[in-house]
Amino acid sequence: MRYKRDPKKIREVLGDKVQFVLGDMACVYGGILAGCSFFGGYPITPASEVAEGMARLLPRVGGTYIQMEDEIGSIAAVIGASWGGAKAMTATSGPGFSLMMENYGFAVMTETPCVIVNIQRTGPSTGQPTLGAQGDMMQARWGTHGDFEAIALAPSNVQECLDFTIEAFNLSEKYRNPVCVMADGEIGHLRERITIPDEKDLKIINRVEATIDKEKFIPFGVSQTRKSKVPDFPVFGTGYHTYVTGLTHNEKGFPATDKQKDHEKLVKRITSKISDDIDKIVKVEETHLDDADIAFVTYGASARPAETAMELARKKGVKVGMLRLKIVWPFPEKVIYKLGKKVDKIIVPEMNLGQIVHPVKEAVSGNCEVVSAPKIGGEMHLPHELLPYLGVK
Amino acid sequence: MTEIKTAEELNKKYLREGMWPTIFCNGCGNGVVLEYTFWALEELGWDMDKVVFVSGIGCSSRLPGYINADGLHTTHGRALAFATGIKAANPDLNVIVFTGDGDCAGIGGNHFIHAARRNIDMTVIMINNFIYGMTGGQLAPTTPFGSIATTAPYGNIEHPFDICNLAKALGANYVARWTVTHPYQPIKSLKRALQKKGFSLVEFLAPCPTAYGRRNKLGDIKKLWKWYEDHTILLEDYERIMSYGSEEEKEAMKDMFPIGVFQDIDKPGFFEEYQKLVARLMGKNNKKTAEAKVVIKK
Amino acid sequence: MIVVNEDWCKGCNLCIERCPVNALEESDTINRRGVRPPRLKEVNECNCCRLCELVCPDFAITVIPEEKKKDVKKPLLRSPVGGINR
Repeated sequence: MRYKRDPKKIREVLGDKVQFVLGDMACVYGGILAGCSFFGGYPITPASEVAEGMARLLPRVGGTYIQMEDEIGSIAAVIGASWGGAKAMTATSGPGFSLMMENYGFAVMTETPCVIVNIQRTGPSTGQPTLGAQGDMMQARWGTHGDFEAIALAPSNVQECLDFTIEAFNLSEKYRNPVCVMADGEIGHLRERITIPDEKDLKIINRVEATIDKEKFIPFGVSQTRKSKVPDFPVFGTGYHTYVTGLTHNEKGFPATDKQKDHEKLVKRITSKISDDIDKIVKVEETHLDDADIAFVTYGASARPAETAMELARKKGVKVGMLRLKIVWPFPEKVIYKLGKKVDKIIVPEMNLGQIVHPVKEAVSGNCEVVSAPKIGGEMHLPHELLPYLGVK
Repeated sequence: MTEIKTAEELNKKYLREGMWPTIFCNGCGNGVVLEYTFWALEELGWDMDKVVFVSGIGCSSRLPGYINADGLHTTHGRALAFATGIKAANPDLNVIVFTGDGDCAGIGGNHFIHAARRNIDMTVIMINNFIYGMTGGQLAPTTPFGSIATTAPYGNIEHPFDICNLAKALGANYVARWTVTHPYQPIKSLKRALQKKGFSLVEFLAPCPTAYGRRNKLGDIKKLWKWYEDHTILLEDYERIMSYGSEEEKEAMKDMFPIGVFQDIDKPGFFEEYQKLVARLMGKNNKKTAEAKVVIKK
Repeated sequence: MIVVNEDWCKGCNLCIERCPVNALEESDTINRRGVRPPRLKEVNECNCCRLCELVCPDFAITVIPEEKKKDVKKPLLRSPVGGINR
């Protein structure tokens, strides 16, 4: 029997409307509100609290929590549960994210919706487990082998951890692609006030399940019931007898490993289903950009000190604005290009040695100066450390 | 064996249109295992809409592609973790896993240990051909001592793995090992394994003439199949000789593979326990409060 | 009597080996794969034990008991590497 989302029961289990919780717990709340009914977890600092929260709350709403034997098993069970008809997610950090890459590619190739929450920590390797960083942003885009499109969101505060997890489920169900929520150790282990949205304010998108005649159904081509490159989803157990494989396959799902045309058609459809819709997916937040000469382009935890630095500089008369990327991948090239033509200098503060600064430079195409403001070691930027980039003493 | 069904009628019901003939070499044991599975399913009379086949990577893992049912062909070694997820999402589905010796005991050893330990409700059909067949014949964790493989050209110096004994120690509900040379016991055993709740493992010793047989001077199909017949012995006989036999009889046992049913118990499965937990938490309308411990005062 | 799907047979000869009464032999025709599918001998003692049917890895041989000799349709021609010839 498959899980049925019951809004009343969910709200009863989640409790008060206004709460003071950890970032990790906000991800749990977001998942349960979106209808997640399977969590495959493995403990890793700083994401263990997501697993613990799910272990406490999921059985009470009728979902399933299993602690798997490693991160590879976690993501494998999540993909399997998705084919069984459940909305599924997992949470991990840097080392676990690296382990998950093979099966992430499997989810892309078989067009499986799932959500991976990555509470980033410093790397490479074991690094500093208890301190946050933003060093996995490029891995979220290019981590697995082969050609693919990635979707990644970056929350900057605890309320966004909740909202973005719900948004991640919506995007993954709509595009049948895995989606990453790239929080970091600072936000994950931060406690702030959140408000649980009412049912009428929530927008939940579910996958379109296959209902047409079994003889005519084509599992891996364009949709047969609506105008979309995303095919309808044949849940296991509904009688469609689908063969799902990670090998290159033709539209019926049969392996076609020696045919160039089939591979090209498949991979181009899988990538273009997202890249055609970039304008609909992209989400940014603009502050003080109307009259700005210098702009911050930031995301995630680094947006917080950048905002304070911007206010301090404004008081001293320097016209600074900020563009915060809420969805980092697919990258909002057009928005950055327009910004590059408007301002003289773009500064990209990041808690890594410069990762998102490269697509920014590419998108700006030389129209203005792009400067990276890196900081590693597990500490966020302090606002006064960013002022010299703005020319303020 | 029912009189009604012939192999031709079995073909029409269970084989996937357009995928036949198989990619297997002639003399391969994989096709025979598929045949036995179909006969077992036919005798049980299950609804094929509710059966899901999962497999890893390898020759044995190509089997779900030939079956007319939902199939998931996953990454190397991780089939059992995927199967756990499918079962968790919809416990009404019957999950059957086809895997090989390298896929299950090599790279997938960890997932195998934990799926058996948790007693997840599924049937694992592991086809053991002592070699990594699909990639050309490399050493596997189950290759006998002294055998030749492409990555052990001077003879294998590692000792092989007895998977059935491991599954027995982990407390799996049903553990059995058979060869493909005789049809009747495997079909009966498969029927029992499929109906059993909890984790069932059926291992098949299948000949691989192309990768294993050819390099170890057993290349002739007839000779290889005879070798399997001569070098396997029923578990009861094996234990009797080891307990009461003479020294030379015990010496002769060193080359033999014991086959039979290793374990047949009835422990509750993982999802049975989990449903009890959920019923307990949801039914009583728990007085447990939600997460917030600090109340915001205006 | 037996019905052999000639294009599916890979010539492993396991059915011939397994028959307990030695009722099968290689035929003279060569199929698309270049092997000789089996056929019943002229004089045979086939008792429909069906071991050949159970052991064939390719589902190529079917045993039809004497009472139920029905119309055997010509099987679909399949190409050696798979798929149906249209």
